[in-house]
Amino acid sequence: MGADGSGGAMSIDLQTVKKIASLSRISVTDAEAEAMVPELNNILGWVEQLGEVDVTGVEPMTAVIPNHLRLRDDAVTDGNVRDKVLANAPQAEHGFFAVPKVIE
Amino acid sequence: MTESTYRIQGATGEWEVVIGLEVHAQVTSQAKLFSGAATAFGAEPNTQVSLVDAAMPGMLPVPNRECIRQAVRTGMAIDAQINKWSRFDRKNYFYADLPQGYQISQLYHPLVGEGQIEITLDEKNPDSSTKVIGIERIHVEQDAGKLMHDQHPTRSYVDLNRSGVALMEIVSKPDMRSPAEAGAYLSKLRTILRYVGSCDGNMDQGSMRADVNVSVRKPGEAFGTRTETKNVNSVRFVMAVVEHEASRQVDVLEAGGKVVQETRLYDPDRNETRSMRSKEDAHDYRYFPDPDLLPLDLDDAFLEECRQSLPELPDAKRSRYEKDLGLSAYNAATLTADADTARWFEALLAEGARIQKKSEGEVAKASANWLLSELYGALNRLGKSLEDSPVGPEEGAELLALVADGTISGTIAKQVFEIMLETGGRAPQIVEEKGLRQTSDTGAIEAAVAKVLAENGDKVEQYRAGKEALFGFFVGQTMKAMQGKANPQVVNELIKKALS
Repeated sequence: MGADGSGGAMSIDLQTVKKIASLSRISVTDAEAEAMVPELNNILGWVEQLGEVDVTGVEPMTAVIPNHLRLRDDAVTDGNVRDKVLANAPQAEHGFFAVPKVIE
Repeated sequence: MTESTYRIQGATGEWEVVIGLEVHAQVTSQAKLFSGAATAFGAEPNTQVSLVDAAMPGMLPVPNRECIRQAVRTGMAIDAQINKWSRFDRKNYFYADLPQGYQISQLYHPLVGEGQIEITLDEKNPDSSTKVIGIERIHVEQDAGKLMHDQHPTRSYVDLNRSGVALMEIVSKPDMRSPAEAGAYLSKLRTILRYVGSCDGNMDQGSMRADVNVSVRKPGEAFGTRTETKNVNSVRFVMAVVEHEASRQVDVLEAGGKVVQETRLYDPDRNETRSMRSKEDAHDYRYFPDPDLLPLDLDDAFLEECRQSLPELPDAKRSRYEKDLGLSAYNAATLTADADTARWFEALLAEGARIQKKSEGEVAKASANWLLSELYGALNRLGKSLEDSPVGPEEGAELLALVADGTISGTIAKQVFEIMLETGGRAPQIVEEKGLRQTSDTGAIEAAVAKVLAENGDKVEQYRAGKEALFGFFVGQTMKAMQGKANPQVVNELIKKALS
């Protein structure tokens, strides 16, 4: 498989990069987006090397450690830390986060 | 099983409406789904928020066992498949009420699979018109925070108290065909949740809200394109949404247009739905398994405890009230429609059976009638609910016992009940103090009958001439003369004797 991702199933174009950036609310210039196309395709191509391994009959793995999911008891053990919660907010008023008006 | 005959009359003929509901029900728990912050309603903004809920870097979610348990119990209550193995996924979207930038949900492997709920369309005759509505799945997920738009001219305020509270999303199949069916489904679901105790069902506090999927088609044709009206928070509004959205779609289609698959909002003030005009890519959620959480693996002991802890469910209770207690279908349905009512009724029954030394079946009819007519009537008048009724089940049972053993008549019981409501007194004391005991003293009653007949000679003649309806008049007058305290059966007998 080539470094540009050719030969792999996945390949992304400029359009896709811009769409992902917009969905993630990350602002990228056209130049940055163009530079990212080969970069992301390189990463995808690298990951797709895994496709060379024959996994016929192998159950998909969900975690690398054979641990069980730990559950917590239903008890209030946290909260009442409003100052900490709001500490990094660019703007907070009357105990609320204040954000640019979002209304549909 | 009943086929719905609900049709919308369009210019081109009849249309059938197809409805599916996605109900978000807040799980009853002390703490949130993945953090130890409290869930109580109405706290000061951002005081019930942990650093996990605020999505601070490095914070890791740990699921609350009780939330999982309640969702499993709910699944069992609707005869659903319980998936011992399930998994959490991230649903990615960007919004100010979602600090993580994704909601932890279950898309690919939900906790609960297919189940079903039986609904009743005619409350007065609950056995005659039932329909089974399929449930597609129930999964657990996090609620988002709350946005307030009216506190500041250019800012929206964000309160994360609700962020991370556990929700069950209960997804029905597109099995409903009329506004009435959608309403009955939501009511029945709410009843079941309240019986199970997995959700308080308080729709006005947002504990239950429905996304209403509606499409229309010519009967027999394939499903049409659907729209989804979000966050509808009452049974009445769900029915209104179905009605309006269906006729809007019929208008669009008959005008030669196409229904756009979109998200809509319901405006109760204008009673209409309107498009949220979201961007096309708003629904590109890019789901993937949440790497912060291992799969959920439930063992048999956990499932067994869930099953054992289920109460008697509404359908089973209703059928027991009819079959074992001999109640009418209507009374059984009314008494079991709400968990609190059924609990109150059963306390009344138990107490009545104890005082009267009878079986619950023997006191059931009188208890049901009194609760549904006398007590409900009084509570309606006082603007109170069963919860804050001034007369409790024990006091009610005492009153009914006095009627059952002939100490007081039904008419006097009504008076005694009024006094109980007013003073908080108990029936036996009120009857003693006011001297309301019913008399079967034939001498006194005979004297009263003689007086009534003597004073109404003309009516006696009419009666003897065949106007038998006057019998009730004589009974009424005699009871009045006895101040309601005469045993009605004895009065009847003595009047019959005097007139023969």
